[in-house]
Amino acid sequence: MQQYDFVRRLDTLGIDKPANRFHIDLGLLLTLLILCVAGLFILYSASEKSLFYVKRQAVIMFVGFLGMLVAAQFPVRFWERWAFLLYTIAVLSLMAVMLFGVEAKGATRWLDLGITRFQPSEITKIAVPMMVSAYLGKRFIPPTFKHVFVALVMVLVPVLAIVQQPDLGTAILVFASGFFVLFLAGLRKRYLIITALAAIAAVPALWIYVMRDYQKQRVLTLLSPEDDKFGAGWNIIQSTTAIGSGGLKGKGWTQGTQSQLNFLPESHTDFIIAVLAEEFGLLGVVVLSLLYLILIGQCMMIAVNAQSQFGRLIAGSISLTFFIYVFVNMCMVSGILPVVGVPLPLISYGGTAIVTLFFGFGILMAISSEPRQLRTQR
Amino acid sequence: MLQDSAISDPHTERKIFVVRLLVAAVLVLMLSSIMIYRYFDLQIVRHQDYITNSNNNRIHIRPVLPPRGLIFDKNGILLADNRPTFTLNIIADRTQKVDELITQLRSLITISEHDLSTFEKRFQRGKSFEPIALKYNLTEKERAILAVNGHALVGAEVSAQLTRFYPSGELFAHVVGYMGRINERERQTIDLDQYRGIDFIGKIGLEKFYEKNLLGGQGTEQVETNARGRVMRVLDRIDPVSGDDLTLYIDSHLQAVAHEALKDTRGALVAMDVKTGGILSMISTPAYDPNPFVSGISQRDYDKLINSLDQPLFNRALRGQYPPGSTLKPLFGLIGLENDIFDMDFAINDPGYFYMEGISRPWRDHNSDRGGHGVGVDLAKAIIESCDVFFYTIGVKIGIDMLANESTKFSLGKRTGIDLYGEKQGIMPTRQWKSRYRNEGWFNGDTINMSIGQGFMLTTPLQLAVMTARIASRGKMVKPRLLKAINGVEVENMQVEEDIQIDQRYWDYVHQSMVDVVHSNKGTAVGVSQGINYKMAGKTGTAQVISINEEEEYDSSKIDKRKWDHALFVAFAPAEDPQIAVALIVENGEHGSLTAAPIARQVIDAYMETKESGSQYAGDRSNPAFRNTRIGAN
Repeated sequence: MQQYDFVRRLDTLGIDKPANRFHIDLGLLLTLLILCVAGLFILYSASEKSLFYVKRQAVIMFVGFLGMLVAAQFPVRFWERWAFLLYTIAVLSLMAVMLFGVEAKGATRWLDLGITRFQPSEITKIAVPMMVSAYLGKRFIPPTFKHVFVALVMVLVPVLAIVQQPDLGTAILVFASGFFVLFLAGLRKRYLIITALAAIAAVPALWIYVMRDYQKQRVLTLLSPEDDKFGAGWNIIQSTTAIGSGGLKGKGWTQGTQSQLNFLPESHTDFIIAVLAEEFGLLGVVVLSLLYLILIGQCMMIAVNAQSQFGRLIAGSISLTFFIYVFVNMCMVSGILPVVGVPLPLISYGGTAIVTLFFGFGILMAISSEPRQLRTQR
Repeated sequence: MLQDSAISDPHTERKIFVVRLLVAAVLVLMLSSIMIYRYFDLQIVRHQDYITNSNNNRIHIRPVLPPRGLIFDKNGILLADNRPTFTLNIIADRTQKVDELITQLRSLITISEHDLSTFEKRFQRGKSFEPIALKYNLTEKERAILAVNGHALVGAEVSAQLTRFYPSGELFAHVVGYMGRINERERQTIDLDQYRGIDFIGKIGLEKFYEKNLLGGQGTEQVETNARGRVMRVLDRIDPVSGDDLTLYIDSHLQAVAHEALKDTRGALVAMDVKTGGILSMISTPAYDPNPFVSGISQRDYDKLINSLDQPLFNRALRGQYPPGSTLKPLFGLIGLENDIFDMDFAINDPGYFYMEGISRPWRDHNSDRGGHGVGVDLAKAIIESCDVFFYTIGVKIGIDMLANESTKFSLGKRTGIDLYGEKQGIMPTRQWKSRYRNEGWFNGDTINMSIGQGFMLTTPLQLAVMTARIASRGKMVKPRLLKAINGVEVENMQVEEDIQIDQRYWDYVHQSMVDVVHSNKGTAVGVSQGINYKMAGKTGTAQVISINEEEEYDSSKIDKRKWDHALFVAFAPAEDPQIAVALIVENGEHGSLTAAPIARQVIDAYMETKESGSQYAGDRSNPAFRNTRIGAN
């Protein structure tokens, strides 16, 4: 078997590229590197030309890269087998947060591990799609009602736990990552329609029973930011001003007045895209968006070429979820979506999120370096 | 696991997946387009709006305050200075919670209720983007505390500005006056554009009279600020125009001498340059320290000043109206001579009292023991010994109309026109005046009272100084003036009125009589002539505070000290070529000769000394040392 795989791999790729021997997808790696370096430059400007955040971010990125490379070395089957364990850990730690969580800024999202704080909702971002992919990967496609039901339960348990922290943004993203798996697995149109209708019907219920006042405020602010110029509206007014004043070419690196003079809040974390837009203009925004689209395209190609159903589903879900991060962040900063705490992937400063992302890319690399089956065999 | 995968068809599975992924990819592209369109809309379509917003955020125009003009005495000594002080301001626009910020500030430094309430008032009126003062005159320690906690105090800023300071304290309070915060009433009258960012205005004295000169012209500064309102850089600047520097005729040395002599009394003194009308010294005692008024005097201290029986805030030299008493005698003598009512040989017998035809009650001579000044009392003797009966006699002869008319030329009964607001005009009674204010006809008795400077007549010390200066200068219509030069350029003294025409013989005669008041053995002020090395001319005066029945004796021991007679003295020197004229009053000082005359002597001595030794200071505005006393803007 081992021998056979080896021969087949040689057949498929023609040559045994060194990168591939280490399970590295060079294209994906290059795009990631470009994004990370660009991110560090923007972060330098966004943190008022201080190297403090840049250094820390670089260290985290380095750790992330290592994590990615390590994850890539395991066979896909390993991840499929251990998805259940990861998922269990994620759900249990979410329960632990409910019981012993540390409160900060009115939300209970963290577990105090003594050495460091740890945010369990972060692992669910990867654990949930892995679990659902593993579950559906072994079952009929398109999934039957029973499978859809089981998958939904798998998604909703952690999602509800996150909603009540409260962290609506993450909950929506986790739900989306699980839902993408179902969608890609060929969820029947009637379920899609039902889901859509249910989502619309859920809006008033969400508004009345689930959403906290500050969350409602964010939605209202989106509709008319000028109503509360100095309160909730401030962020959006300042970020749209930063973006709009950037124009086509921008004000130049570290020359953005909105960001450098502190008008722009959260400039090095969630609102960093406004710094880029102000300093590099629409051109910068388009280039970054293209880089993201290239990255997503590369991920999708990995999904298409994946050798197993699990690989396909998890790779597809990761690519789409990644897009959703980018989309939600860029729309929220430019004022067309409510402000939910979603960072701009690979650019925003922030520890756990980056490590989780790289872990996801590690799995993608593992999938991309899976030995291919010969088409002729089918 | 085995069961399910056993019947799964990899090919179909992959196909379903690829179709779904394609759908997703199309959605991704569509959503990306929407997203990019949003950025296109903000950055290209509405770019100009946002550029404006962004500039409005960071660029602010703020006034650059001109340094207020300084005030110097004639020798270049600084009377009103600008010193840097520090103010804690709140900029409402920069913080959402002004109340919280104030609570926070109060936990760091002491902010009085008074400061708070005035801040509230200003806050209601002020614009939210302009700094509003919360506390003035921060101490060094308070500044340090605020600097350390600065990062947590968004919306609060400490600004440095020049604040008025009067180095000599109370010495020039009644001349220079003081500045204070602009009040509601003043706000109605001033041009608010000129006062943007300026909280202070001249309230009284020269500070008020020359407010327009001292104020200067505002500059503007275009600055870039960060979100906390801290100025990051100056983009553009139009420099302010400094206020005019004023140089006064006042001589600090004379002022100090006069103030020292008068400080324990209630009184006033005005010393004038006979040739120019320049006020060399102007004193009103008790005085007050003007500095607390600038920083905001406490209600308690203010009440103390306002309620004091001695009225320290009251400028007696300018606004105190007193009967001039015998100080008028030389003038009335001159009027009689010039108008040929009597001549220089005219003399009377003085039995010590005067009877008016048809009135049984006699007028006593206040300045002699019973028995009078004897026979052969002429004008000279009447001036030297201050004989009342002589003046009763000529007063009736001259008559009220002529007395009133001619006295007006010597500035009695009308404002002198000094460069200060609030001057009182005194009273030079006439027939019309009496019928109007007393609803009575004029009686000869009124003329008799007036002829020794009593009765209805009232004058200010300033008027007496002007009268004396005009006598000293032989009729030159000198006008009193404090301001000598603006920015070193001398102000022309507008001479509009014609000089007083009186025969030189009469001037000589009256000058000599006044010299003899001081220098002859019988002179009422002979006491001050001891050791004098120049010739001083003078006239004593006593003004009644309460009327004493003609039959009764005035006995100070029987009356309240505050009802004692006022002591007056007018003088000029040197007699041959008069240069300085002095008028002063000591309230309840009883006798001009004893309390008032020695003070005049001290002041004139001081003047003569500086004349001889040459000015102690280079009173020259080009003197660089003098220039350096100025503190630059900002």
